[in-house]
Amino acid sequence: MTLAPVAEAAIIIGAEVDDWRAAVRLAGRALSDSGSTLPGYADEMVRMIEQYGPYVVIAPGLALAHARPGPDVLSDGLAIVTLATPVSFGHPHNDPVRVVLGLAIKSSDGHLESVAALANIFNGSTAIADLAAAESPAEVIEIMQGKT
Amino acid sequence: MKIVAICGAGIGSSGILKVNAERVLDRLGFEADVTAAHVGSLASDAADAQIILTSAEFVDVIGATNADVIVIENYFDTDELTRKLEAALG
Repeated sequence: MTLAPVAEAAIIIGAEVDDWRAAVRLAGRALSDSGSTLPGYADEMVRMIEQYGPYVVIAPGLALAHARPGPDVLSDGLAIVTLATPVSFGHPHNDPVRVVLGLAIKSSDGHLESVAALANIFNGSTAIADLAAAESPAEVIEIMQGKT
Repeated sequence: MKIVAICGAGIGSSGILKVNAERVLDRLGFEADVTAAHVGSLASDAADAQIILTSAEFVDVIGATNADVIVIENYFDTDELTRKLEAALG
């Protein structure tokens, strides 16, 4: 299975943010704008990082913001935010972050197909740098479909 | 062999670790049951695990365990995962 196409409303290119919280909230806004979560999900994603630390920065330059499945998630969704100026999350190895993915999962059953698709896109590839350099949502969608 | 991938939510990052660990183990020819769990359910999900895969942030929370705790820096670098799993599997 491949990832469902990313909605254009879930893509924000070249955002200017002051810090990681603003970057994660923007990913949350993209998820709620595209209809997959309620606005409160953004705060839950921020809370996960406040509680456990910057572990969501899972690769150099990339944060995978997410919270647990819950009532704020209306449907599975992925948002992509690229930052004009990279921000630090306080991660020991993978800062600074240029690309923030926001992941919403409705139910933990079956979510592995979506993350397997993410692994297919990002494993050993240039996808993070390609996303950071993308200039349009159409380019981002192509990268996420593995076409570049 | 039981391996548990741990993150704060039990989805997302631990899911990626699970998927990539399965691919690496398959390539290495190891049979293992790999699950993804959140740190809150660690006590029940990882009680009998031989290996725990996670990020540096969770090492203290995981605390004392009989399992080998492997810290992964780049979740999309299957070479790193291969090297660390091979070392743990001896």
